[in-house]
Amino acid sequence: MKQLERGVFVFDSPPSINAFSAVVGKKEGEGPLSSYFDHIFTDTKLGQNTWEQAESRLQTEAVTRTLKKANCAPEDVSLLFAGDLLNQCIGSTYGLRDLGIPLFGLYGACSTMAESLVLASLMTASGAVSRALAVTSSHFCSAERQFRFPLEYGGVRTPTAQWTVTGAGAALVCAEGNGPYVAAVTAGRIRDLGITDVNNMGAAMAPAAADTIKRFLSATKTAPDDYDLILTGDLGFIGSSLLCELLRMEQFQIEPVHNDCGKMIFNRESQDVHAGGSGCGCSASVLCSYILSGLKSRRLHRVLFAATGALMSTTSIQQGESIPGISHAVLLTASKEDIPWNC
Amino acid sequence: MNLSPTQYDTLVKRASPKSKSKKTIIQSFLIGGAICTVGQLLRSLFLSLDISQTHTATLVAASLIALSALLTGLGIYDNIAKHAGAGTLVPITGFANAVVSPALEFKSEGFILGVGAKIFIIAGPVIAYGTIASVIYGVIYWLFTAAF
Repeated sequence: MKQLERGVFVFDSPPSINAFSAVVGKKEGEGPLSSYFDHIFTDTKLGQNTWEQAESRLQTEAVTRTLKKANCAPEDVSLLFAGDLLNQCIGSTYGLRDLGIPLFGLYGACSTMAESLVLASLMTASGAVSRALAVTSSHFCSAERQFRFPLEYGGVRTPTAQWTVTGAGAALVCAEGNGPYVAAVTAGRIRDLGITDVNNMGAAMAPAAADTIKRFLSATKTAPDDYDLILTGDLGFIGSSLLCELLRMEQFQIEPVHNDCGKMIFNRESQDVHAGGSGCGCSASVLCSYILSGLKSRRLHRVLFAATGALMSTTSIQQGESIPGISHAVLLTASKEDIPWNC
Repeated sequence: MNLSPTQYDTLVKRASPKSKSKKTIIQSFLIGGAICTVGQLLRSLFLSLDISQTHTATLVAASLIALSALLTGLGIYDNIAKHAGAGTLVPITGFANAVVSPALEFKSEGFILGVGAKIFIIAGPVIAYGTIASVIYGVIYWLFTAAF
């Protein structure tokens, strides 16, 4: 493992994602990626009593399905990196408490899927462990009641607002395997350009994504067209166009290869999601279905996945603070030959 | 990236779509107006039943609140409000929705710390400042009636 620049690591022996799975709610199951998900829950409460329990159940499902696919028992996994959007990360805690896997709870807001994957890959590539799991979730209803208004309140969403995804994704990172591979990772830096509108998260997070992508491309001496896809987490439509504009100013043309999980998961017009999907379950469920299966089947070869998170709380917003963003990135390749510096 | 927050703000404003006010203002006028018409119909109905003016006013308000609470409970109110905006927010129905929706939502935290504590989470400021405003109005009214 080499650190090319502060926080940018490339792996000599890239860890392999041997199994992955994504479970989602009804609305996500009606979206364009419907056929790629492992399971679609038509009951938004997943048979539980509360929305929080429902979110925990999403994580349990994502992890158990992933372990089953890999033919692994929880005892075979050395470390679990998990996170969600709820206060004190209770989505993860209650969803994973019966598994008995040594756990690191993470809060990276909507960047958590990338953050957990970065840490699981670093631990595996360093030789410290042979198997680590990364899992992340969000639930529309539990997020709404914590961050916004009660579900039945007749408030109007602004055109820049995004829709929190109900879903979870899990990936099993192993020292040995047949891919997809994690070839490099980049830890994000906090970027804050003074956005205070909580209904415009894409705009708040775009500078962080631009910073991480720029740092990654510069450190690895690669260009946007070396990749099939530069995939951001949940910038949505507005954040995506801002990201492309910010990087254009830095002489990086990512537009032809850029897409965003928040743009992909819903049909913008017919599903009434305004600026797109959001929430850490957004990038988690898109990555652990459409993207990783695409790499596995060689439909995709090189994907730079950079999930973005907005690190504010309801308290900081009420106190008038701006919204700091962060973005962690993972370079995923279908085979070891697809790694740009191996060509 | 050497962009100042002010420069970024300009980019964000350019990239962010505005509310379609022409459409939304007409929608809120029509739906808000429809709610007021329902109120007027109820008023005519109660008056035709020989109910006094004072009692009619109370009954109209209570009926609209009950209707709004019912629609909130059935999960219909927020779907209307999505198109109506201020049209459903400003009439008394909006106030009822603001009280009923948290009551439903926070039942999972129990009747004391959930429903009891959170029921006025949205309507609370309206009640608090409404009460203060009425006290100030009362004092001014008293000063004028006492002086003249």
